[in-house]
Amino acid sequence: MNAWIAYWNILKKDIRNYYLKPPNISWGIIFPLSWTLMQFIRTPQAGAAEAKQLLPGLMSMSVLFGTTSMLAVTITFERRGRSFDRLLLAPISITAMVLAKISGAVLFGVVMAFLPALLAAFITDLSGISWGMGIISVLLMSITSTLLGLAIAVSSKEVFEAQTYSNFFRFPMLFLSGLFIPIDNLPVFLQPISYCLPLTYGVDILNKAITNTGIMNVWFDCLVLIGISILLFCFCLWNIKKKWIL
Amino acid sequence: MLKIIPSKQNLPAKDRKTKNGERFIMSIISVTGLKKAYGAIIAVDGISLDIEKGQIFGLLGPNGAGKTTTINMLTGLARPTAGKIFVDGIDGIKNIKKVQRIIGIVPDESNLYDEMDGFDNLCFCASLYGIKKAEREKRANKLLEIFGLKNTGKRPFRAYSKGMRRKLTIAAGIIHHPEILFLDEPTTGIDVESARQIRSLILDMKRQGTTVFLTTHYIEEAERLCDTVAFIVDGKIIKKGTIDELMENEGNEHILKLTLEGSVNGIISDLQLNFPNFRIKPGGNNSCFISSVERPSLLPILQYLDKKGISVYEAREIRPSLEDVFVKVTGIEAAELKREKEGVRK
Ligand SMILES: Nc1ncnc2c1ncn2[C@@H]1O[C@H](COP(=O)(O)OP(=O)(O)O)[C@@H](O)[C@H]1O
Ligand SMILES: [Mg+2]
Repeated sequence: MNAWIAYWNILKKDIRNYYLKPPNISWGIIFPLSWTLMQFIRTPQAGAAEAKQLLPGLMSMSVLFGTTSMLAVTITFERRGRSFDRLLLAPISITAMVLAKISGAVLFGVVMAFLPALLAAFITDLSGISWGMGIISVLLMSITSTLLGLAIAVSSKEVFEAQTYSNFFRFPMLFLSGLFIPIDNLPVFLQPISYCLPLTYGVDILNKAITNTGIMNVWFDCLVLIGISILLFCFCLWNIKKKWIL
Repeated sequence: MLKIIPSKQNLPAKDRKTKNGERFIMSIISVTGLKKAYGAIIAVDGISLDIEKGQIFGLLGPNGAGKTTTINMLTGLARPTAGKIFVDGIDGIKNIKKVQRIIGIVPDESNLYDEMDGFDNLCFCASLYGIKKAEREKRANKLLEIFGLKNTGKRPFRAYSKGMRRKLTIAAGIIHHPEILFLDEPTTGIDVESARQIRSLILDMKRQGTTVFLTTHYIEEAERLCDTVAFIVDGKIIKKGTIDELMENEGNEHILKLTLEGSVNGIISDLQLNFPNFRIKPGGNNSCFISSVERPSLLPILQYLDKKGISVYEAREIRPSLEDVFVKVTGIEAAELKREKEGVRK
């Protein structure tokens, strides 16, 4: 009961202090937005028709950009300002505290993912989409990329270091996870890498939900994402206990 | 005979004596053989402490002595390399989350949220201890008033002055009404007025029954505030005890200061000849210092001087200060202690 009060207030504080700040919101939508714009400029007539085809990629990109850097930067920032110590000194378990920190970023990722969908609704017909499946995939993707961001945060000392690391993961994922280029169209030697990236499985569910073009079993995709999340969570917890409690 | 045990809870005073008359001191913090190594650096080197409930305990030592590391180990920010910690009977190594419920921590550098104002910071800190909204807000308002921070309004924490920052950090450390308060150098680097307020607040906390564990490098502060003091140098506790014990045992020279009507010249050697057990040294302004291990009795000296027709204007016993004791047992000059610290602050 008491842990819930702490959990809820950590989440609320993060939303207010970080996620509702204009620079962060814009950072989350600027890439998807400019990408869409680029498509329209390249082929104006096809743009509207292709909107639905592009949607899975755009949504995944929003999640990826909305979440990975978020936790990496805010936690590194709180660590440098020592306010993170306050959370470590509070009488709540480190697991509950980490869950609270993650929840904010996951929520942000989910909201960010549906912004392109909202935009798309104005220019194209979005009927026939399986929204339930869409939400599940967005949620799972958001959780895995948030945890990836946290894993980066626990491995870096400085904000710029965290940013560099998160870009190091983000850009390859952008091109290798089947967001815009189907994995089958990638050079053969890159394809194994694609299957190592968690985002690949999230995009696959989203493709199934929106354009019905997924290549793997949805349940398998979910299982992989959940498995990766659990592994990342344990890695983060273990690392926080080892590194941050000196 | 004194025996020290970690207390399970606060026993009433009548329970403090056992059948055979041994007196138990209720120690709320009990540390044995506590050690912390960072690689090759030994920050804290096997210290043992027992702190009585309701006391103000001061850990006094120069920069880098291991004060902060000790607090970090007691509060759960650092993992001891070796040793035992018991806080109110709870194992502080196995059960740190349980310990954290009853302690408040004020670090040497403020660790509140820069972008939030005072009220929000306090409410947030209270929420971490599971305090409900209405109660949080009531306590936050009260603390802002006590600390004179009521009129800062919506100003974010980053716009606070140093003294205000420290005060809000202390308020955040006590909002959940801890039984034990840890303060790491509470008055270092802030204005005189804020420091004075903080000292009086620490005494108030004690009056309300809170046990206070503070670190400081200000000797006068330790002397004025603390019931018990431990000197720490290079990770080791050199000396510990109540202020009185330390003064008695270590400031073992008794010093008498005599001020005469006229010049002391020529009288010093005369006195020294007649009182060979004392060390007699001239001081300024017609004064001289008479020191010895035994407390010098005044009467024979006065009688002797009277016979010689020398009138004594003032005779005063000089009590050794904690500073003298500190210098004596650690070999560190008080001025050095302060200088070092300021050098680091720059
Ligand atoms: N995280 C750390 N890693 C390595 N050495 C440390 C760390 N923290 C403290 N130390 C070292 O331990 C010693 C004691 O430091 P500290 O406890 O901060 O002293 P104090 O608070 O008395 O000034 C110092 O030599 C310091 O350099
Ligand atoms: Mg220190």
